[in-house]
Amino acid sequence: MNKNAISENSLDLERYELTAPPRYHFDVDRREFFRFLGAGVLIVSVLKDAHAIQESGGNGAQSASLPKEISAWLHIGEDGGVTVYTGKVEVGQNIRTSLTQAVAEELHVPVSAITMVMGDTKLTPYDRGTFGSRTTPEMNLQLRKVASAARDTLIVLAASQWQVDRKRLTAADGKVTDSEGKRSVEYAALVKGKQLTETLPADDPLIPATQWTVAGQPLPKINGRDFVTGKHRYPSDQKLPDMLYGKVLRPASFGATLSSLDTKEAEKIPGVVVVHDGNFVGVAAPTTEIAARALTAIRAEWKSPPQISNKELFEYLKKNPAEGGGPIDSPFRHETGSMDKALASADYHLEQTYTTNYIAHCPLEPRAALAQWSGDDLTVWTGTQRPFGVRTELAQAFRLPEERVRVLMPDTGSGYGGKHTGETAIEAARLARAAKRPVKVMWTREEEFTWAYFRPAAVIDINCAMRKDGKITGWEVHNYNSGAAGIPTFYDIENQRVEFHPAHSPLRQGSYRALAATANHFARESFMDELAHMVKMDPLEFRLKNLKNERLRAVFEAAAKKFGWGQAKTSAGQGFGMGGGFEKGGNVATCAEVSVNKKSGEVKVVRLVTAFECGAIVNPDGLRNQLEGANIMALGGALFEAIEFANGQIMNGRFSDYRLPRFSDVPALETVMIDRKDLPSAGAGESSLVGVAPAIANAIFDASGVRLRSLPLVPNGLSS
Amino acid sequence: MATVRQLNVNGRVYTTEVDSESSLLFVLRDQLDLTGSKYGCGEGQCGACTVLIDGKSRRSCITRVGDVAQRQITTIEGLAQGDHLHPVQQAFLDEGAMQCAYCTSGMIMTAVSLLNSKRDSSAAEIARSMEGNICRCGTQPRIVLAVQRAANAMNESKP
Repeated sequence: MNKNAISENSLDLERYELTAPPRYHFDVDRREFFRFLGAGVLIVSVLKDAHAIQESGGNGAQSASLPKEISAWLHIGEDGGVTVYTGKVEVGQNIRTSLTQAVAEELHVPVSAITMVMGDTKLTPYDRGTFGSRTTPEMNLQLRKVASAARDTLIVLAASQWQVDRKRLTAADGKVTDSEGKRSVEYAALVKGKQLTETLPADDPLIPATQWTVAGQPLPKINGRDFVTGKHRYPSDQKLPDMLYGKVLRPASFGATLSSLDTKEAEKIPGVVVVHDGNFVGVAAPTTEIAARALTAIRAEWKSPPQISNKELFEYLKKNPAEGGGPIDSPFRHETGSMDKALASADYHLEQTYTTNYIAHCPLEPRAALAQWSGDDLTVWTGTQRPFGVRTELAQAFRLPEERVRVLMPDTGSGYGGKHTGETAIEAARLARAAKRPVKVMWTREEEFTWAYFRPAAVIDINCAMRKDGKITGWEVHNYNSGAAGIPTFYDIENQRVEFHPAHSPLRQGSYRALAATANHFARESFMDELAHMVKMDPLEFRLKNLKNERLRAVFEAAAKKFGWGQAKTSAGQGFGMGGGFEKGGNVATCAEVSVNKKSGEVKVVRLVTAFECGAIVNPDGLRNQLEGANIMALGGALFEAIEFANGQIMNGRFSDYRLPRFSDVPALETVMIDRKDLPSAGAGESSLVGVAPAIANAIFDASGVRLRSLPLVPNGLSS
Repeated sequence: MATVRQLNVNGRVYTTEVDSESSLLFVLRDQLDLTGSKYGCGEGQCGACTVLIDGKSRRSCITRVGDVAQRQITTIEGLAQGDHLHPVQQAFLDEGAMQCAYCTSGMIMTAVSLLNSKRDSSAAEIARSMEGNICRCGTQPRIVLAVQRAANAMNESKP
């Protein structure tokens, strides 16, 4: 990727919802730690340079404070229990399980000995957020290092206790063993009465993936029993004594301003607290239903500005540019070679425009937050992928220092990139301050559809120069509005012009699983299919002719092989297509089979085969679950999901109006997981989506001769 | 305005004082602290709120509590017998049929209702019976496998 490589730590341009830079306030006294954790061994991982091992012999020589750049830590208590602290959060991607596996592997303890504390701004280290498929490549690696250092510390402790060379000692199953001396000691006994801290990074070699025994194996969801019994409390299930239920008055349309307000009737309802502060109007009541009744009793008039509808969307995006396209010569805004020369000498030339509509994340659990004040200290339980970001939002909203705000994130009913912001937390906190009691706010489905944010709509223009043998010589792509993720092409093309053009979005938009990579891959991989047909080449052969990257070639070939690419059609209306690409460290290729009923226009996706490679696989069962889920989620956006809007209102913001994939939509799914134990592990939740939409579009063309260039492809079937 | 003063949930009699027009889901969650039944849409479209009324699945979000005051209500919390999970709960664990798991209790209750009446459904028939339940994470293939596994387990234990 060289020039086109995007820094692993850079924030994607299109995370529009993240306007405020993260603030970092972390100062911990190590003695505080042991007061809180109890005696034992504490291993911390820092983001910066190595610190020497710090020994606490009670001689006071050691620095009292810990480094500020801590990213994770692990504590082994006197009962042998291992507690791991990370700011990452669980939204269904099963990282509570995969991170536990990583620690179990390196520390040599049973999975059951490990407790993960996640996403609590008081207890866990700062973390920017759980997004961008960074948990596996970053946090998993850090926790493995931490666990590895902990194991070494325990071996050193045993060696000094027995007065033997540490090299003859081994750690396994929660014990250090001296095979020569035929003795062993449990971790719990080793740490008894100790207050030992070690700081990473150390240079311990990690266990190579080829020798993993716990990691690399399927492991069921670690707290699965709590979910099948209803015991787990999601953010929306949180409760406190004397808690009230809150609701917020929503404007009549986006951008509407309040012209008159009468809350008298609402205030008459027993137990109801009404809050009007600035542009915020809300109520808190003893039950959800009373709160809803109070909200209905409020008389409000709104002044609504005129706004466009989805019918004018794509034209609007091209005509309304915004600032912020990124620096020139970045991967998403650059020119390599000369596009003009390539076009002048081309045998073939093709230009096309692709579009994608806004879609909604629809996490099955709508946003929810429970807020409690104690004096000027605020505690909020909420479902967010950015607990520390929400802490900052709360601190700003209530003009508090961040130290006075604690955000906790119970394992949440999914996010898909849609829960990066803290509006519900702020609403609950504002109501709780007025009510002087804890308040829980849980958005309705309609609120979630309307007042969260959407996956950006896109207009993508591609222009291409090609030789008659099928070698692409020039590639020009312009993405309007949706974003830069996945815009650099992975095909080997000498002359390129690439540009992302931010636009003024008529709707609030932001991150969505795989970001703009879905739109950019849809356009690129559909266009590749058009080019292949132009030179009458097989789409697989055509791709391979223009593709050097071995990892990508491998997934295309693996998917094609499993799918039986090149097979003859067996029925009328049958069609085959493929699409694939690279995003966030994952390589993916999907082959689709569709069945098109030309009379009725009905399109049925019959089969999806996805080959995926993201380095060494940490949990094959978890990965398969993610891949299947990604295929089904991508199917919705490919076939029928689209937000309809007009006059500042969402016209289809309910499940009865907005169609999501259901059981009958799910095709036969096959996944090929390529386990590259020689490569570092990357994330899998996002990249796995990107091949589905183009594979289906290309299959529809193969079946019907109709080329569809807008997502969703067939919201009302093929004929319309 | 009629008032419901008593509800029979999970074999236990709860004393309440709720308007009979109230949504069963919110009475369960807010008043009885049975939060295993989830709100997903409020219009009976997603199935996250599914409970059993006399053994049959019902969307609690659009059920008036007055309509079920005299009936046996079962929620996810009442499915296991002590520490012994219901075969459907066990099957969901064994198949790893969940991601965020917010839909799981509704899926399980819908499946229990199906298996109460029919235990020899094909995969396609199971999928049809579960059509009213949404899993946004896309775990549908595993959920079908879990229901099949549970059906087999129930057939083996009670031929």
